[in-house]
Amino acid sequence: MDDVRLAVRRLIAASVRPGTSTGMFLHQVCRTAAQALSASGAGISMMTTDGTRGVCAASDPVSERVEELQFVMGEGPCMDAFATRRPVLIADLGAGAVSRWPGYAPAALQDGVRAVFAFPLQIGAARLGILDVFRERAGPLSATELPMALHFADVTVEALIDRQSDAGTAADADSLAVDVGHGAQLFQAQGMVMIQLGGSITEASARIRAYAYAQDRRLDDVASDIVARRLRFDKDQP
Amino acid sequence: MTTVSAERLAAIFVEVADTLVDDFDLIEFLHMLTERATTLVGAAATGLVLADAHGRLEFMAASDENVKLLELFQLQYDQGPCLEAFASGQPVINVDLAGASGRWPRFAPRATAAGYQSVHAFPLRVRSQVIGAMNVFGDHRGGDFTDADVPLMQALTDVAAIGLLQERAISRGEMLTEQLQSALNSRIALEQAKGAVAQAAGISVDEAFLAIRAYAVGHHRKLTDLCYAIITERGTAERITSA
Repeated sequence: MDDVRLAVRRLIAASVRPGTSTGMFLHQVCRTAAQALSASGAGISMMTTDGTRGVCAASDPVSERVEELQFVMGEGPCMDAFATRRPVLIADLGAGAVSRWPGYAPAALQDGVRAVFAFPLQIGAARLGILDVFRERAGPLSATELPMALHFADVTVEALIDRQSDAGTAADADSLAVDVGHGAQLFQAQGMVMIQLGGSITEASARIRAYAYAQDRRLDDVASDIVARRLRFDKDQP
Repeated sequence: MTTVSAERLAAIFVEVADTLVDDFDLIEFLHMLTERATTLVGAAATGLVLADAHGRLEFMAASDENVKLLELFQLQYDQGPCLEAFASGQPVINVDLAGASGRWPRFAPRATAAGYQSVHAFPLRVRSQVIGAMNVFGDHRGGDFTDADVPLMQALTDVAAIGLLQERAISRGEMLTEQLQSALNSRIALEQAKGAVAQAAGISVDEAFLAIRAYAVGHHRKLTDLCYAIITERGTAERITSA
């Protein structure tokens, strides 16, 4: 499984130069994901917790239109995936999806999209947006494509979190060593640091990652120090 | 451990049926199930792991949620009874931990150090697919599940799978993936919430878990919804403290 993770990281790292804007970064993730998953396109919408949309990106104009469609119609797999915090995998938009999304499904089919796979960009309670993968043909993602798509979502979340802190450029393939493990302690540490900072869980996550990069330490070891109360973060400290 | 009593097993199935109503919390349900499984067979602890999309086993719930036990589940991503039951689809029973350090060089000594003497694991199946495992730890040497106990414990494990599929009717194959991912993410949110409450209240994460669970019961809230609220709604973590 680490092979898939590394492959996805490399694909993303290779397509993103340091210093690119978030919009351009997301655009590149969409293009890379579409290619790797034999999809006709992909789209990402960043969303705030109240469901309003922020930055968005797509691999191509058609995908952009379909991504846009959900927000025009106020319904679609992406909205559902965000609201329910779970992937929404629709292998055939023609089968039953029309009654679920009477506005969205016919319009997406009109644009040539037959299958939509929506993946939340989230880590526990931290929710950033949705990655949508579109296909012109009906059919599920294969047993190798599905884990890869989930990795695209994970790696995108990590990169977006890193962009919140100044450690942004560290999110390349080499940082693999940093995030192996992801045990319960890392998530507990995120919750603890969130309270220490009086901020959001995403900020807490960004600060912990930035600290690990800066100190050249494994994320799990830093998390362990936080949970054991050997390390704490303060609001004012950079 | 003693032979499973049919009456007690029947009582558990009735409780399960009562729980599986429209609006139940999956993690809370799995906690209940692991607690009942533990008392049913007189075990020391029982836990449940689910495989993520990459086939890695992630901890979901246990009868006794403490740091030491959690570690034993995290260790099993590359070795241990859960991984064997998951990979083979067959139960692993009555393994004496003291003699298992050749089989599981990292897992067995840690489990022994945590005070356990025997271990068992049952595959968690949905149709033909194995999606996780239930892990039973005993404090008796070698354990002593009888031949008759094994299918009963397997049945109890199958109940966990029913709970997993219950939230919505699984009419499409993709729904299992959706449901599994949702369950795994809920578990992450629970860990984040434990951390937040531990920090806000100045208590350990183990104590924080108990406080969160007690608050959920006391305020009639679903455990998972409460965990999301603790992280996303300011001031909620502090309220658990004063509960």
